[in-house]
Amino acid sequence: MTKHATNEPFFWILFSAGGMMAAIFIPIHLLLFGVAFPLGWFKAPSYDQLMSLVSMPLVRIYLFILCSLPLFHWAHRFRYTLYDGLKVKHLNELIFAICYGGATLGTIIAAYLLWNIR
Amino acid sequence: MSATRQQTIRPAPAYTEFHPRWYRPRVSVYWWLGEWHYLKFILRELSSVFVAWFVVETLLLIKALRGGPEAYAHFLQIMQNPAMIALNIISLFFIVFHTITWFNLAPSATPVRMGGKRLPDVMISAPAYVAWAVVSAFICWMVLR
Amino acid sequence: MADNIVLEIARYSPESDHEPHFECYEVPVRREWVVLDALNHIKDTVDGSLTYRWSCRMGICGSCGMMVNGEPKLTCATFLSTYARNGSKVRVEPLRYFPIIRDLVTELGGFVSKLKKAKPWLIRDLEQPLSQGEYLQTPEQLDRYKQFSMCINCTLCYAACPVVGLDPIFIGPAAIALAQRYNMDSRDQGSAERTAVLAHPDGVWGCTFVGECTRVCPKHVDPAGAIQQYKIAAVLDWLKSFVTPRGRDVSNQAAND
Repeated sequence: MTKHATNEPFFWILFSAGGMMAAIFIPIHLLLFGVAFPLGWFKAPSYDQLMSLVSMPLVRIYLFILCSLPLFHWAHRFRYTLYDGLKVKHLNELIFAICYGGATLGTIIAAYLLWNIR
Repeated sequence: MSATRQQTIRPAPAYTEFHPRWYRPRVSVYWWLGEWHYLKFILRELSSVFVAWFVVETLLLIKALRGGPEAYAHFLQIMQNPAMIALNIISLFFIVFHTITWFNLAPSATPVRMGGKRLPDVMISAPAYVAWAVVSAFICWMVLR
Repeated sequence: MADNIVLEIARYSPESDHEPHFECYEVPVRREWVVLDALNHIKDTVDGSLTYRWSCRMGICGSCGMMVNGEPKLTCATFLSTYARNGSKVRVEPLRYFPIIRDLVTELGGFVSKLKKAKPWLIRDLEQPLSQGEYLQTPEQLDRYKQFSMCINCTLCYAACPVVGLDPIFIGPAAIALAQRYNMDSRDQGSAERTAVLAHPDGVWGCTFVGECTRVCPKHVDPAGAIQQYKIAAVLDWLKSFVTPRGRDVSNQAAND
């Protein structure tokens, strides 16, 4: 295959996957934990209820993906917003480091927090 | 008659004989405020910041769960702060805006052909909305039961 | 409907001006007149020095693109009555994000060189010998790329795309849409050749799917859709490049399904 001049496709794949995750899964989570429970529409789950849920390995894997992929979606989109919105494309190495570095850091934190929940 | 040329400093001409000076307009850094469509685009892109904010909140929730029942109760209390609720409502608007624009734009990136013709866009975005509803209902059930 | 309408037209004369300024002209409103008719009226009866491009006056040559009240439009397809009804002025400027040569005439050399980079022509490894006859194509194969072939190179999409304005090296919507038009043509074998230019930070990856190009396109080409489709094809090509590092793959996208 012809060699590509850039590894941009890798970041675009992460951006797309993260965008799909964010589009489908985040609204309901935010509605429940950010609006419904604080406003008392529903009773917030008790500590034991939530812990029993989060102890399940599948749930922890899901939460890891929910925290990691959308961060890479943010990284890619925010990087281009800075390039175009603030016309700072000349700072592209710094912006790249901040965006993807931040996403990687969040991923590592998520892995650390979810590895051993108890 | 002496053929002396007057030596005056003249400003550079606006054109050379066979090449006019083109005017090159500069694009202002506020280009996105000039038009509603551009502003809508930038707001859509800024929804990613609220996506990142949600991830931060979720990581804080998980950290609180690890900290024990008191940490979890403290987290719930912080979430009830009116400023937090306001921020989360705004985030919710932006994230739903992201979802709707994402689903509506996806069909033009992934055209599906069947029987020699391209399927109408709604046949690709509708299943995405259905999946969104089903997933949301499932998560509600998992968390609220 | 009002009898007259005022056109505020950008004028720039490189011999005497350092930047464009606006001049107002009053023009009668005829029911069937388009903005181009108004410009021709001004040039014929009021100010012969007004300079602008036009040709077919029926929306197929792509010459008469200008900014009308801030929107990129073909002036031969924009009716004066729309503006006369609201009693508003009509502001006519040259297309955005291009250098201006004079008045309403933009410099298109940059656009043409970007178009050439995308290689918008059929590329074949080996021409079929004449004795084999024509390249045959079914209606379904034609349908795959027909929408993208409707492009008339009017550059309205370049005037709408903010990335074109912010990054002068970005190859732009029409060039990518036309490259995709040939990539999807069953007779073409050149997608690998176009990859080097398109799968590049100044190729498709500069696009952030603003979608303005599709909104303003007078021929409904949907360049934004073409670009996103190309991104997906480029991703698949990039992934394949790890599996088959050596040798040029001669398959093209159209033959792949």
